[in-house]
Amino acid sequence: MDNILERVIDIVAEELAVDRDEVTEDSSFIEDLGADSLDVVELVMAFEEEFDVEIPDEDAENIRTVEDAVSYLEDIL
Amino acid sequence: MALKTELCDLLEIEKPIIQGGMAWVATGELAAAVSSAGGLGIIGAGNAPADVIEKEIEKVRELTDKPFGLNIMLLSPFADDIIELAIEKKVPVITTGAGNPGKHVKRFQEVGSKVIPVIPSVALARRMERLDVDAVIVEGTEAGGHIGELATMALVPQVADAVDIPVIAAGGVADGRGLAAVLALGAKGAQIGTRFVCSEECTASDAFKKAIIGARDRDAVVTGRSTGHPVRNLKNKLTKEIERLEKEGASPEKIEEVGSGRLRDAVIDGDIQEGSVMAGQISGMISEIKNVKEIIDEIVLEAENTIKNSCDLLE
Repeated sequence: MDNILERVIDIVAEELAVDRDEVTEDSSFIEDLGADSLDVVELVMAFEEEFDVEIPDEDAENIRTVEDAVSYLEDIL
Repeated sequence: MALKTELCDLLEIEKPIIQGGMAWVATGELAAAVSSAGGLGIIGAGNAPADVIEKEIEKVRELTDKPFGLNIMLLSPFADDIIELAIEKKVPVITTGAGNPGKHVKRFQEVGSKVIPVIPSVALARRMERLDVDAVIVEGTEAGGHIGELATMALVPQVADAVDIPVIAAGGVADGRGLAAVLALGAKGAQIGTRFVCSEECTASDAFKKAIIGARDRDAVVTGRSTGHPVRNLKNKLTKEIERLEKEGASPEKIEEVGSGRLRDAVIDGDIQEGSVMAGQISGMISEIKNVKEIIDEIVLEAENTIKNSCDLLE
C-alpha cells in the first residue's frame, strides 16, 4: 500500500510542479499545492494512466487530497 | 462547391457556424435568426430562471422549424431547473459551460438532444469524449466573457488530435478567414459570439452594440484574473475599477461582488461605462451592424474563397 502512496506523491509532484517533500498525505491539491480545477482533472487522468483504471466523474469529484486519491485507488485496485 | 463539414450532418444544419450562447444577449430572436439562416442558433440561459427560458424556447419554435440549441451555465442557481426544462422541451442541441455536464449527458441524449460541452483543455476534452458527448466546443482566450488561458490557435489542433469527436472552435472568429483558419486547425466548425451581437436581430441595447463597433484591437481586456474566474470585456470605468481593486489586493469575493449584475446593466440598460461589455478580442474588426443572414452568408462566402485561394500558395 505504501507503494501506492509513493506513486501518487510522485505523480502529484510532477503534475503540479512542486517539490516531492512538499507533498504529504494531507496535502490538498487546490488549497495546499496551488492547483486549479483544470489541474485536478489532469491529475485524475494521470492517476488513471499510472494505475490503469478509469475514474468516473462522480468519484473524481471527491478526490481532493493525496489521501483521498490513495484510499480511492486502494479500494478499486 | 459549398462549404460543408461533418458538423452540418451531426446537427442537421447547412453551414458549420454556431452562435455562442451569450447570457442576456442570446435570446430567442437571435437564435431563431441564426438557425433560419442555416447556422445553429443558441439561447443563452445564463443565470435566468426556467420560466424565462421556456418563453425563449417557445419564441424560437414560433419563428423557425430549424434545429436550435440551449446553452446551460452549470454554475447558475437555476441550472437544475433549466436541465429539466431542456429535457422536457427536447431542445435539439445542448451546450454547457462552467462545469461538467457528466451525469446529465445520457438523459439529454435519451430525448434525442445532442450534447456539446464547452471546454478549455485537452484533459477535459478527453473526459467528455469518454462520456459519449456528441462534439466539444473548444474556447480560446480570445473569446468574450468568462475565458480560459489557452489561445484558439494553440488549443484547437491539440484537442483535435486528442479526440475523435468533432471539435468546434470558439474565440477570435468573426469572418470567413477565421472560419477557414479554424477548419485548417482541425475544427469542423466555429462558434461565433461577438459578431452576432452586432446584428439587427440581436435584442441587446444599441449602446452595447455600438461599444463593440467602436472598439479597437486592444480594447477587450481581461479583468478578475485574481479571482480565478477571468472575464474579457471592453475597457471602461468598470474594468478600470476592477483593475485598481486587483492592484490593491482586494479579496476575490470583493471583486466578484463589484462585477455582479454588470453584464445585464450593459446589455439591457446600455450602461457601457459602469456595466460589463463582454466581448471578444475580434471586436476591433467588427464595424457594422448587419442582419444575421448577411453576416452568415458573408462569412461562408469568404471562407470558401479563402480556401480556394489558398491553393494559389502551391506552386
